[in-house]
Amino acid sequence: MKFLSNFVFRLGLWCAAMALAVSAHAAVHPDTLVGFAGDFSGRIAAIEALGAEGGDDARRILDALEAGNLGVIDNRVLIVEGDTVLDAASGEAVTDILASEVDTLTVNNRIRRALSSARAALILISGSQPERLAAANTLGESASPTLLPLFERALAAEEDASVRAVLIRAAARVNLTDPDPTLRRKAAQDLGSVTDPAVRNLLAALVGKTGEGSAATWAEPDASVREAAAESLRAIDRRITLAQSTGTIFTGLSLGSILLLAALGLAITYGVMGVINMAHGELLMVGAYATFVVQGLFRTYLPNWIDAYVIVALPVAFTIAALVGVVMERLVLRHLYGRPLESLLATWGLSLVLIQAARVIFGPQNLELANPTWMSGGIDLGAGVVLPFNRIVIIFFAGFVLLLLWMMMQKTRLGMFVRAVTQNRAMAGCVGVPTARVDTLAFAIGSGVAGLGGVALSQIANVGPAMGQGYIVDAFMVVVLGGVGQLAGAVWAALGLGVVSKFLEGWAGAVIAKILVLLFIIIFIQKRPQGIFALKGRFADD
Amino acid sequence: MTATLTPERPAAPEDDHGSGGLWESEATTSRVRVEGLDLTHKVILYLEEITVSFDGFKALNNLSLTIDAGELRCIIGPNGAGKTTMMDVITGKTRPDSGTAFFGQTLDLTRMTEPQIADAGIGRKFQKPTVFENHTVFENFELAMKADKRVRHSLFAELSGEELDHIASVLIQVRLDRYANRQAGLLSHGQKQWLEIGMLLMQKPQLLLLDEPVAGMTDEETERTAELFVSLAGKHSLVVVEHDMKFVEALGGKVTVLCDGSVLAEGSLASVQADPRVIEVYLGR
Amino acid sequence: MRTPLTLRLLQSTPRSGWLALAIFAAVAWIGVPLAHLVVPEGHPLYLSAYTVSLVGKILCYMVVAVAMDLIWGYAGILSLGHGLFFALGGYAFGMYLMRQIGRDGSYGADLPDFMVFLDWKELPWYWLGSDSFLWAIFLTMALPGVVAFIFGYFAFRSRIKGVYFSIITQALTYAAMLLFFRNETGFGGNNGFTDFKRILGFDITSGATRVVLFALSATLLMLCLILGRYLIRSRFGRVLASIRDAESRVMFIGYNPLHYKLFIWTLSAILCGLAGALYVPQVGIINPSEMSPANSIEIAVWVAVGGRGTLIGAVIGAGIVSLAKSFFTVTVPEYWPFFLGGIFIVVTLYLPNGVVGLWRRLWAQRKATDAAPAEDPTPAAAIKGATA
Repeated sequence: MKFLSNFVFRLGLWCAAMALAVSAHAAVHPDTLVGFAGDFSGRIAAIEALGAEGGDDARRILDALEAGNLGVIDNRVLIVEGDTVLDAASGEAVTDILASEVDTLTVNNRIRRALSSARAALILISGSQPERLAAANTLGESASPTLLPLFERALAAEEDASVRAVLIRAAARVNLTDPDPTLRRKAAQDLGSVTDPAVRNLLAALVGKTGEGSAATWAEPDASVREAAAESLRAIDRRITLAQSTGTIFTGLSLGSILLLAALGLAITYGVMGVINMAHGELLMVGAYATFVVQGLFRTYLPNWIDAYVIVALPVAFTIAALVGVVMERLVLRHLYGRPLESLLATWGLSLVLIQAARVIFGPQNLELANPTWMSGGIDLGAGVVLPFNRIVIIFFAGFVLLLLWMMMQKTRLGMFVRAVTQNRAMAGCVGVPTARVDTLAFAIGSGVAGLGGVALSQIANVGPAMGQGYIVDAFMVVVLGGVGQLAGAVWAALGLGVVSKFLEGWAGAVIAKILVLLFIIIFIQKRPQGIFALKGRFADD
Repeated sequence: MTATLTPERPAAPEDDHGSGGLWESEATTSRVRVEGLDLTHKVILYLEEITVSFDGFKALNNLSLTIDAGELRCIIGPNGAGKTTMMDVITGKTRPDSGTAFFGQTLDLTRMTEPQIADAGIGRKFQKPTVFENHTVFENFELAMKADKRVRHSLFAELSGEELDHIASVLIQVRLDRYANRQAGLLSHGQKQWLEIGMLLMQKPQLLLLDEPVAGMTDEETERTAELFVSLAGKHSLVVVEHDMKFVEALGGKVTVLCDGSVLAEGSLASVQADPRVIEVYLGR
Repeated sequence: MRTPLTLRLLQSTPRSGWLALAIFAAVAWIGVPLAHLVVPEGHPLYLSAYTVSLVGKILCYMVVAVAMDLIWGYAGILSLGHGLFFALGGYAFGMYLMRQIGRDGSYGADLPDFMVFLDWKELPWYWLGSDSFLWAIFLTMALPGVVAFIFGYFAFRSRIKGVYFSIITQALTYAAMLLFFRNETGFGGNNGFTDFKRILGFDITSGATRVVLFALSATLLMLCLILGRYLIRSRFGRVLASIRDAESRVMFIGYNPLHYKLFIWTLSAILCGLAGALYVPQVGIINPSEMSPANSIEIAVWVAVGGRGTLIGAVIGAGIVSLAKSFFTVTVPEYWPFFLGGIFIVVTLYLPNGVVGLWRRLWAQRKATDAAPAEDPTPAAAIKGATA
C-alpha cells in the first residue's frame, strides 16, 4: 500500500514538472500526428515520423504513448495526465474534454518495436554522446534500408568520431546490399575510414569467394567494388596494426611505470645498504591498503569529495609505508649489515608477517577500489584498443615521482649523503656522513616510494594480502638490469622490461614471455654484469 | 691420473689447464695449451703498448715493460699510476683494450683465464693480504701447493711425503712453522703477509707479482722479507710494487717508475731518484 | 702409499658419528617396520600410517636440507630455487607413478586422467619411457642435474654471486612454476599428479610399501650424510670453503671456481631430485606449488635454524621446522606464517649459527670454565695433526 501511495505521489510530481516543461516548448506539427487517428500502419508511420523529427515534444508524445496516456478523439490527438488533458501537438491544456472521456491507444508488440526504434532515432539526433553511441549501435544492427535517411541526417550533424564510425558503418552496410554498384563502391570506400574489426570482417567477406572449388563465385560480383573493398581493407589493417602496437607499447609503458615505482625504492635501499628487501613488495601492499582505508573514510565522512581520495591517499600511503620501513630497518636490517644473504631471509620473514597481518586485519579476499571519475574512461584508438585514463595518470605519476627523487638525490644534502654512502660507505663515514641516519632516512624514502607505488597499483589491480609478492623479483630484475644506484638505469630497465615483456606476451603468451625475459636477463648479465649503466674500474667488483 | 705428484714434476700439458674432464666441451673452446715456458730470449714477461681505460680514464696508457728471467724488479709510482691495474692485466683479471702481454715467448696472457695464468706459473700477492681465514695455515699451504687443481683430483687428493716435506720447508722459510695449525684469520697482519708469500712459494711460480708485500710489517719483518726476496731472485722472477724506499733499496734490483699509466723512468734506484721528472712527480708540480 | 677410498670414507666420519648412524639405521630398518606392521594398533609402541608417512616426508626434507647446506653452508651460494630440483625429481618419478595407474583411473583409459580430460590422444614425446622404473630413477637424477648444470654453468661463468644469484634462482623456480601450472605443459597443470595406485606393481597404500619407502628415505639420508661428510673433509671441501671466503685468491692459485661450484651445485640438485622422488609416493601428490618461491626459501630456513656449515645442523633444522609446521597447521593454521616469519628473523638476528651453533657455544663456555686454552702445538705435531 505504501508503495502505491508513494508511486502516486511521484507520478503527481512528475506530471507537474512535465506540465511546466511542456508549456515552455514549441509544438509538434499537427500533420505528423494525423496517423495516430488512422489505422494500425498509420500509427506506426506516425511513430517513425516522430522519431525522425526529433525534439523534446516528439519524445513527450512517444513517452505518453508508451505509458498508455495517448488518446484520440475526433482526429484530435490528446495526452491524458491524471485529470488534465493536453493537446499532443501543442502541449496546451484542453478544457473541453474530460480525462475520463479519452480512450487511450493500446500498445501492442509491433507498436512497442516501432517505439523503441523511434526512440533510438530520437536519441541519435539529440542524446548525449554515450546515448547516441548506444542508439547508433542498436540501429546499426538491423541495417534496414528505411533507416538510411535517418543515418544520413544524423551523420550530417554528428561530430563525435566514435558515433560517426558506427553511423558510417551502418549506412554503408545498408548500401552494400544496394543493387546499384556505384552506391556499393561508395559504401566500400566509406568503410575504409572505420577502424573496427567487425567492419574488417564485412569487407573481407566481400573480397572473398563463396562456394567450393570451381563452383565458387565472388561474394561481390562487381570487380571495381571488390577493388574498393580491398583498398579499404588494407587501410583498416594498417590502422588496426598501428592501434594495436600503440596499445601494446602503452600497456608495456604502463607495466614499466609500475615496475619503476616498485624498483625505485628498491634501488635506493639496495644501493645504500646492499640489502635486498624481500618485504619491499609488501610495502606496495601497505600503500594499497592505506588507499583502501582512505577511500573508506571518504565514503563515510566526505562522500562529496570522494574523487579526491586518491590525492589524499598519496601522502598517507607514503607516510605509513615509510614508517613500516623505518621499523623494519631499525629492528632487523640494521643488525644485518654486511650479511646480505641473511638479510634476504630476515626480510622474507618480515614479508610473511606483513602478509599474514594484512590477512588478519582486512581478510583474505581481494578488494577492488573504485577509480575516481577523473581517472575512469579512456582514449579509444578504435580496433578495440582503449588507453585507460587511470594507466595514463599512473605513467605520469611515475614520471613525477622519478623527478622528485632525482631532485632529492641531486639537489639536497641528504641526496648527496645517500650517493656518498652508496659509493663508499666506509669513506663516507670517515668524512662525517652520519651513515646510520642516512640509512634510516634512505630506507624510509625507499619504502615511502613503494607505498606510492601501492597507491598507483590499487587503481589498476585488485588489492589483496599477497599482491606485493609478484613484484619483488621483477623489481629486482630492474635494479639488476639498470645497475645498482643508478636512477637513469632503473628508468630504462623498467620501461624496456615492461614493453619487451608485453610484446613477448602478445607473441608467445604470458608464461613463455616471463621465461624469455628471465633468460634474457641471465644472458644480459653475462655480457654486462654491472647493468646498463655500469660502474667500471677497480671498485666495480667489490 | 691421480698418482703421486712429485713437486719437481715438469709441467706436463694435460695437467696444466684448469679444466676438468667433466667439462670437456667447455675446455676445448677456451683452453689455452700451456707448454713448458719458453724462455729462449731470457725474458719472462713482455708487456707491449698496453692500454686500459675505465669510462674514458686511461688507467694504463701505452705501457711497455719487459722483465728478464730471474730478475728482481721493483715498481714504484704515485697513487693512481696504474700499478695494480698492470698486475690485473698480467693475471687476467682485467682485459686490456689494446696491446699484448706475453709470458715467455709463447703464452698470450690476454687470452687466458685467471686460473690458467696461475697454473702457467704466475703467482700474485694482493695489496691487502688475502688468505683463507677459516682454514689453518697448513691448509692454506696445501691448497696453494702446485698440484692438479681439477675437481676430480681434489675429490681424492692425498698429500704425499714429498708434498708434506715441501709444506714443512716453506713453513719454516716464512717462519710460520709454529702456527701451522692456527686458523689463518687469527694471525697478525704481518704474519698474514708472510702466509700469503708462503702460499705463493707453494705454487712454485716462475714469476711472482707482489703488491706492497711489507705493508704492516715491523722493521725486522721487512728486513727478513727483503732477504727472502733477494734469495728467491735468480730461481724466480719477482715484480715488487712498493712505496717503502728503504725496502726497495734493500732489494737492490732495477727500478721502474710508473706514472699516469706508462713508464716514466727505469734504472737503478739511485739513477731513478736523481731523475728530475721523477722528483717532480713525487714532490709535486 | 695411497689409502683405499673405502678406508678414507670410513675415516672421514668419527666413531661417534658411525655409532649414531648405526642406531638410526637400526631404528629405520627394523624398529619402524616392526612398530608399524607387527605391533597391534592401540599398543603404545604402534606407529600409525600417518606418523610413518609424516616422518618419511620429513626424512626427504632432511635430504634436501643437507643438499642445501652443501652449497650454502660450505660454498656460500644461497639458492632460493632448490624447491625446483626437488619438484623436478618428484615430477620425474610421478610420471612413472601415473603410468602405473594403468587403466584404473577414473576414465579407465591408457592415458593419465588429465590427458584424457584435455582430449589428448597420445602421450607427449617427453613421456616416452615413463613406464619404466629404471628410466624414472635415471630421470629423477638426470632432470634436476641437467637443469642445474645448464643454469649453473651460465650463472657461475658470468660470476653471478651473492644476492644476485639468490634472486635469479628464485626467478627460475617461479618461472618453472608458471610453466607447470599450464595444462599444455603436459604435467597435469594445477592439480599435478595424484591418485597413485601402485609402485613396481605393489599397492602404494599398503603398510609394507610405506615401510619400504620410509627405510629408503632413511637410507638416502644416511648416504647423503656420509657423502657430504667425505666431501667436506676432502681437499675439494677445503677449496669450496675457500671459494666462499676469498674467491679471487682461489682463482689466482690456479683453481677454477666455476668447476667447483658447478660440481657441488649439480650434485646438490641431484640429491634434491632423489629426495623429491621418494617424497612423492609417500605424500601421494606432486603439484606446481612445490616450486613456489616460498617453498624454496623455507628450505634455506631449515638450514639456518639448524646451523649452516654443519651437516647435522641441516638435519636438525629440517626436523624442527617441519614438525613445527605440522603442529601449527593442524592446531592454529593462521598463526603459522607469523611463527615462520618470526623464525626467519630471530634466527638470522640472534642465532647466526643456528641451534647447533648455540649448543656449541654453550658447550664451549662450560669447557672454558673447566680448563685453560691449550698452547700452540709444536711444528712437527702440527703437521702430523693436520694430515691425520
